[in-house]
Amino acid sequence: MGSYLLRRLLIAIPSLLGISVVLFTVLALAPGDPFGELATNPNVPPEVQAQLRKNFGLDDPVFVRYARWLLAMLQGDWGYSFVSRVNVDTLILQRLPTTLLVIGSSQILSLLVALPVGIYAATRPYSIFDQIANTLAFVGFSLPTFFTGLLFILVFSIWLGWLPFVYRADIAATGWEYYWLHLKQLIMPVTVLGLFQAALLVRYVRSSVLDVIRLDYVTTARSKGLAERVVILKHVVRNALIPVVTLVALQLPAVFGGAIVTEQIFRVPGIGSLLISAMLANDTPVIMGVTFVSACLVVLFNLIADILYGWLDPRITYR
Amino acid sequence: MAGSTHASPTVEAGAPAPLREPVFSPWREAWRRFKRHRMAVVSMVMLAVMILAILAGPYLWNVPIDEIDFTARLARPSWEHPFGTDDLGQDLLARMLYGGRISLAVGLAAMTVAVFVGILIGAIAGMSRGWVDGFLMWLTDLFLSLPALPLLLLMIYLFRDKLKAVLGPEGGVFVLIVIIIGGLRWMQVARLVRAQFLSLREKEFVEAARALGASRMRQVVRHILPNALGPVIVAGTIDVAVAIILESTLSFLGLGFPPDIPTWGRLLFDAKDHLDIAPHWALFPGAAIFLAVLTINFIGDGLRDALDPRKVM
Repeated sequence: MGSYLLRRLLIAIPSLLGISVVLFTVLALAPGDPFGELATNPNVPPEVQAQLRKNFGLDDPVFVRYARWLLAMLQGDWGYSFVSRVNVDTLILQRLPTTLLVIGSSQILSLLVALPVGIYAATRPYSIFDQIANTLAFVGFSLPTFFTGLLFILVFSIWLGWLPFVYRADIAATGWEYYWLHLKQLIMPVTVLGLFQAALLVRYVRSSVLDVIRLDYVTTARSKGLAERVVILKHVVRNALIPVVTLVALQLPAVFGGAIVTEQIFRVPGIGSLLISAMLANDTPVIMGVTFVSACLVVLFNLIADILYGWLDPRITYR
Repeated sequence: MAGSTHASPTVEAGAPAPLREPVFSPWREAWRRFKRHRMAVVSMVMLAVMILAILAGPYLWNVPIDEIDFTARLARPSWEHPFGTDDLGQDLLARMLYGGRISLAVGLAAMTVAVFVGILIGAIAGMSRGWVDGFLMWLTDLFLSLPALPLLLLMIYLFRDKLKAVLGPEGGVFVLIVIIIGGLRWMQVARLVRAQFLSLREKEFVEAARALGASRMRQVVRHILPNALGPVIVAGTIDVAVAIILESTLSFLGLGFPPDIPTWGRLLFDAKDHLDIAPHWALFPGAAIFLAVLTINFIGDGLRDALDPRKVM
């Protein structure tokens, strides 16, 4: 297990470096100047601009710039937001907990929906339930999150008036009421994101369970006279869910995409809406910071999934 | 057992096969399997109707997309405006027919880019051994772990103005979106193609071609690639749906096509602030995106049954 862990960690480093190269290349190839905002500002004279360029080393060779940029990124020195005049890392750290809360709860919701439905459908393949679940899954991942979000707002906020459609960070209440209001405004974003993920997961859970349920050891378990419930939950599901762990991690890039959209619709103050508002305001350092953070998070979760996989399925650690 | 082994398998072939056995081409066989997937057939009809409406619609429903009529602001659906109007009194049906062309064109073009890049990289990785294969697969895994939407937004943000200056507002954004979506979606195809190549290149018919002196290029293009296309077609179909969603997402975030080009996502973006008084404005384009994506996904599923009997995920 120790050497497996070490090997996984060593694989994660080149992929992080690779992602940083991709990001830097995009930035370096981009037309225009990171200091474009200063250049258009008539209050900044040209000689000051040249001095700034020299200070920030913008005229150095590309390798030097990459090394310096990477070092700065790794040290958490992500620059300075042009718009809100705050350090980018402070800004992102302020927003990150909200995003992680939304993504985390929606992942839990999606597992709570996808696991029972997928397992039940796999134990009765091609039954009515299976066909309905399959069709609903198709509907679920064909509905783009922005449209589901608008539909939810239309039904639950405008027609029924049950839920607030704007997320507020500053709720003026204390005690239980505070938590209740907080929960209430989380319901719609988490449901939109969670159901989308669940629709993607259901089919994988089903096919993974179907692969295992045909194996001989399951027949053995049945012929020993174990109850069907025990056979499914203790013998089949335990093995069938191992690939699902990897899948949950591999879908995280898609989850981040979904989170950006959902945060934008419900005005959740997370890093996704930070990214969009930074883009609309031409705030390059913030945009780079958010992209870098989400890439790092994806690599991190892939690493966690690999480690979990090794722990759940010891066979692969000996390979 | 050695005594029972014949030198040639034909010795045991017994009676000759009946002469007039109907011969089905692989495509006809695939069509037979596709037809068994009921939802896929229904979806194909629906998608065909939608495409026909988008292509022929503007000639039949010739209301200009930008005719402003303040007397009919935010009108509900009626005979005059079947899908209602927006906040400037512009006819939504006409705008949606126009926007549908762009959405579908983006989907198809991005799929073409993704499939082309995927086949190229997958074929190179599958035919070469050693470090080239290793590096290309590392690159594929790397791209798979990139967060697509933030990167897509970043690139659009950085390159939009430059391309607009070269190709005009509409063309520039179109080319940019297609290249970026295609460039971020090729990994699945590359993996499928490589896996197919690894097994196909060791098959006897390829060996025979090699023995006859076929060049490497000819082996790939004439013998290996046609046999590897089934899963690629399936993945390509799904990619069309993904590209349509991505383009609508961009437009919905206000970062896609310019405001005067009514793509479906852009219509939703404009509609979301009037949801309480004009829900039809959001419902029709949303339903159009949903139906297009749903039917394409079902067709992809049907094609998987038809072309890829081993169900490679």
